[in-house]
Amino acid sequence: MARHVVAPVAEIPPGGRKVVEAAGKRIVVFNLGGEFFALLDRCPHQGGPLSSGILCGLTQSDAPGTYRFSRAGEVIRCPWHQWEFDIRTGQSWFDPRRTKVRRFPATVAPGAALLEGPCRAETFPVRVEDSYVVVEA
Amino acid sequence: MTEAAIDCDLHPTVPGVATLLPFMDEYWRHTLVERGIEALESASYPPNAPSTCRADWRGPKGGAPSSVAELRAQVLDRWGTAIGILNPLFPVQLPFSRDMSAALARAVNDWVRAEWLDRDDRLRASILLPNGVEEAVAEIERLAPDRRFVQGLVLCMGEIPLGRREWWPVHAALEKHGLPLGIHAGSAWRHPPTSVGWPSWYVEEYAANALGFQASLASLVTEGVFQKHPGLKVVLIESGVSWLPGFLWRLSKSWKGVRFEVPWVDRPPAEIVRDHVRLTIRPFDAPEDGETVARMLDHLRSDEMLLWATDWPHAHFEGDATLPAGLPTGLLPKIMVDNPRATYARLREGGSA
Amino acid sequence: MNLVRPIAAPARPAAASLGLVDCDIHPRVRDLSEFRPFLSEAAWHRLITYGIHARHGFAKGYPFPKAAPLACRRDAWPPSGGPPASDLPFLREQLLDRYGIDVGVLNPLQPSGQGDVNDGLSAALARAVNEWQLAHWVDHEPRLRASIVVPYEDGPASAAEIRRWAGDRRFCQVLLMSRTAEPLGRQRYWPIWEAAAEAGLPVGIHAFGYSGHAMTNGGWPSFYIEEVQEHATSAQAQVTSMVVEGVFERFPALRVIMIECGFAWMPTLAWRLDATWKRLKDEVPHLRRAPSEYMREHVFVSTQPIEEPERPQHLLDTMEWIGWERILFASDYPHWDFDDPRLAIPSFIPEEKRAAIYGGNARRLFGF
Repeated sequence: MARHVVAPVAEIPPGGRKVVEAAGKRIVVFNLGGEFFALLDRCPHQGGPLSSGILCGLTQSDAPGTYRFSRAGEVIRCPWHQWEFDIRTGQSWFDPRRTKVRRFPATVAPGAALLEGPCRAETFPVRVEDSYVVVEA
Repeated sequence: MTEAAIDCDLHPTVPGVATLLPFMDEYWRHTLVERGIEALESASYPPNAPSTCRADWRGPKGGAPSSVAELRAQVLDRWGTAIGILNPLFPVQLPFSRDMSAALARAVNDWVRAEWLDRDDRLRASILLPNGVEEAVAEIERLAPDRRFVQGLVLCMGEIPLGRREWWPVHAALEKHGLPLGIHAGSAWRHPPTSVGWPSWYVEEYAANALGFQASLASLVTEGVFQKHPGLKVVLIESGVSWLPGFLWRLSKSWKGVRFEVPWVDRPPAEIVRDHVRLTIRPFDAPEDGETVARMLDHLRSDEMLLWATDWPHAHFEGDATLPAGLPTGLLPKIMVDNPRATYARLREGGSA
Repeated sequence: MNLVRPIAAPARPAAASLGLVDCDIHPRVRDLSEFRPFLSEAAWHRLITYGIHARHGFAKGYPFPKAAPLACRRDAWPPSGGPPASDLPFLREQLLDRYGIDVGVLNPLQPSGQGDVNDGLSAALARAVNEWQLAHWVDHEPRLRASIVVPYEDGPASAAEIRRWAGDRRFCQVLLMSRTAEPLGRQRYWPIWEAAAEAGLPVGIHAFGYSGHAMTNGGWPSFYIEEVQEHATSAQAQVTSMVVEGVFERFPALRVIMIECGFAWMPTLAWRLDATWKRLKDEVPHLRRAPSEYMREHVFVSTQPIEEPERPQHLLDTMEWIGWERILFASDYPHWDFDDPRLAIPSFIPEEKRAAIYGGNARRLFGF
């Protein structure tokens, strides 16, 4: 596993997402209220691109006919068969134990620290005054 | 034949409305006669169709057996059955008047008690439920104290799907009394036999019962009846059985993607059904070879769902072939004894009025 | 800037050694004006003034609202605008080229006018949709084939539409919806079977349509998930009807394809029908063979939505019981329950059987 600089923080505002590549994998990075999360951009079901799905909240229920909505924007729904994945953990909602999408640790690092290495910055320049999202893959 | 075998589907035939009059109050006794309402028969079981009654079980005038003496001779003594559950199919669901439906249902249940349950200790019965929800709850409350009533009985094709909230008072009452909901083949004829209209042939209509079970089960699961009533069991009676695994594959798959529409369904439908639903094994829509039957039972993924039944007097087998061909012998004690006892709690009580 | 390699293309399944045929693609108009050149003044007037009117009351919207906009994959909306599958270049890119599809069968859904309460509009739109399929799609893309859309509630008009196109190899089948006003074996639909059999065309019976009856034989359910489930159920009623009414006895050359209805019910329906028929043979002497035999010879199924048993291997039993030669791959592009050709057909299915499913069976059935 190596640390990859994938994007300037400014390119992924809160509620936003960006598809990046690291270690030969397509990865989608989400910004949830300033925290970054990275998931493999490939649904474990039939390979659908999660990055094309919608952000939704979690819908639960205590009794038929009631709908308890929470965590708006923290669930990614696959654009194909609509499987729901918790962005924070990569776990599917319907089967959290066994059905999940691969998660990659994502952090923010200041440009100054990155310029000291060791990191892979793929093909863009790192500037000391900016912050960057770093994904371990 | 296992000594403790429990037959979960027997049909006592009501010869005609006249039989029920002694069990009705003055108004109904008079009005049914005055109006010439002598018979009520459902197209679900044409009386003369070969499948409605096995030829050797018909009486001298061709009628289906309607006495406990016939039941003893044809079933209980013949096969050494320990317990038999009566599911009356007199079509009280057909009349549009909720009052007539309720009066007839009360009469059928009282007739079953007097002419069958009181005459043979081996017998138990389902409470035949009328159309109206309030009336059905009242009938459950009326008869639940008699421990020989072991189930509430409805048809697989009614006016409204069985999971819908309109039905919930019935589910609540049944759960309260520890009675399973028995869903039997047949229609209240509020809708055509299929969702695509009226077929031409009885063969199609009979086959379409399976479709009614499918719709009923989809409704019960997706409406969350088992979340609301975790103690409720459902028995699918005369459904055919083999359609269930494929049905569950589709429903569970859909649920993974459309779960947010019915968020109270908090685990895969297949798991819910394995916990709450049981099926009687006549008819058993499968080839007769043991290998195919074994594969199909493997798809069911449970040894606890099947309940023995002969479906007397409906014609599904010849002679004494009370078990569908191909069933693994190792499973028979469960099918014939353990599963029925586990499903019908009252069977474990020994049975008394 | 982090450069991302595009999703690797093409993603053709290696096992598609007999070719890859997609039996279910849903092209759509960008807007109704695409039909204008093919409609009379009167039909166009009715269409835009009174609208398409299926046997339900939702002039806009659906009795059971979909779980995603237009029931489509969210990534299938073309960048040029318009609804999914309204743009041929994007459809090529996202489906035909990406998966290396050799032949794709077009099954236009609403607004096709099929099942409309108004027979005249249904007939006019059927003709228009058929012309539109050629003008907008098939004539520009040699990999595509059209389906003859017919106003199926009007048997003779449907037969006329079939005969109009019979022999035109750009059309590979006749298209019906699965929820019709009466069961499809009933006499009123026999002109359709006759014309299709005469033309040597299979009939695709695709999930949906609105029968005008309650959505189940026990009344109206509440939820979309129940409607999705019910497509398998009503498909069983339709196959039952075609078999028991003697459609296959009367038209021995006819073949039908149940599209997007699931297929796990096929073997168990065959068993049920055989058992029921054995007891009640006296009622249906016009059937000279067991129902399962008619099904085995005449009824095909498309794969999508592929069944997903808890124990995946159980699928092998089901497909074995149906008959490997009668299962046809379909993607259902651009709908949300789309099956990816590479990943939907499990790899534990023996390779030669997968080749048959991917293309061998369809080539034989359609004569591609």
